[in-house]
Amino acid sequence: MSTNNLNTQQTVDAAKRDFLKAGAKATAAVAVVTLAPGVTLYSVGAKAAVTGPATSERRWGMLIDATAPEDIWDIAVDACKTEQGWGGGNNPATDPQWIRKVSVKDPKTGAKATLPVMCQHCENPPCVDVCPTGASMQRADGIVLVDKHICIGCRYCMMACPYACRSFVHENVTGQKPHMPRGKGTVESCTLCVHRIDKGQLPACVEAVTTAGSDAMLFGDLNDPNSDISRAVSKYVTQRIRQDLGVEPSVHYRGI
Amino acid sequence: MRSATKFLSLVVLGFAILTGGLASPANAGEVPRPNPAKAFKGTECVEPVDVMRREHMNFLKHQRDETLREGIRGQKYSLNQCIDCHAVTSPDIMGGKVRTLKPFCAECHNYAAVSIDCFQCHTGAAVPGIGQTTSPLPNGHPAVAVPATEGGTAQ
Repeated sequence: MSTNNLNTQQTVDAAKRDFLKAGAKATAAVAVVTLAPGVTLYSVGAKAAVTGPATSERRWGMLIDATAPEDIWDIAVDACKTEQGWGGGNNPATDPQWIRKVSVKDPKTGAKATLPVMCQHCENPPCVDVCPTGASMQRADGIVLVDKHICIGCRYCMMACPYACRSFVHENVTGQKPHMPRGKGTVESCTLCVHRIDKGQLPACVEAVTTAGSDAMLFGDLNDPNSDISRAVSKYVTQRIRQDLGVEPSVHYRGI
Repeated sequence: MRSATKFLSLVVLGFAILTGGLASPANAGEVPRPNPAKAFKGTECVEPVDVMRREHMNFLKHQRDETLREGIRGQKYSLNQCIDCHAVTSPDIMGGKVRTLKPFCAECHNYAAVSIDCFQCHTGAAVPGIGQTTSPLPNGHPAVAVPATEGGTAQ
């Protein structure tokens, strides 16, 4: 197929045409850059890089060390607020809360722990099961999200979530982040910083905690046996909250 | 007519062409024709102007699903890219301190009674680093956009 023939096909989308032309000439370099495990950047000529789609080869997960000094969780919560643009409301009962610091105590032994709780990104998410519109959804790589374009704000998912990790936006929102649209009348929760993961970065909370010099939060691909998180969960005894429910959360904890 | 066509070519969105002809004194009492703001920068959109006028909503709707549900990013159409080029300042909006899409989108949407509002959720205000910065800035324009911290009411 020659370049001239391609040019006569006026219906061919310009981007596709450029791609085929580059292939026909066989000289234009197709740059392939691996940003991080699972995130590969394909660059054709000067076009903007297109990444994705997410595949089930990855299973993003997190390991949280609940024995870490509890101050570190404030850093994680604040990092989430800054990154995603929530917080700052004056009605604690109803303000959205994507991640929270929870203190637990065993009444029999008196043992205490403090841990952050956010969307557990279940393998079998009850919130997705109950959603009447399909807005509550799970990506191929296991990240559970709300498609706010079609969320009708019925809040069934909030009732279904065993972890109470979803919030309804009751008030008008202003000053949203470009990567995180938020609006009144929809449900929202931790996205595992999907916009950062897709760029090969760590979730904001993990990055902030790590930057603060702590290894209390570990993020990575649970499907990759050589990832740090896979090694850690095979080395230590970890626990997931309410494992008895069978929802298979991808957030693991130590020390609870 | 020539100057009117030239003007329309500068904007991407508009329903003026659907109403046909130019406003004459006879219909001066009608609702004013939409007058969407000129792009902040750049001279060419991602598609020809007439295609964008008719199809911009389809481009965005199709791609939003691919981005959100499948995780495909960096494709041709992008709401952030719209903001990058088309967000402009207006004395009516926060004293002209913030670049927003309102002077661009809302003109035609109000005229055509389009009720969808992307910017109840998406920020319509230009934030440094949003979209791509390959298209040239207007001559003499300060390239620094003001971040939308308060009242990012874009549309």
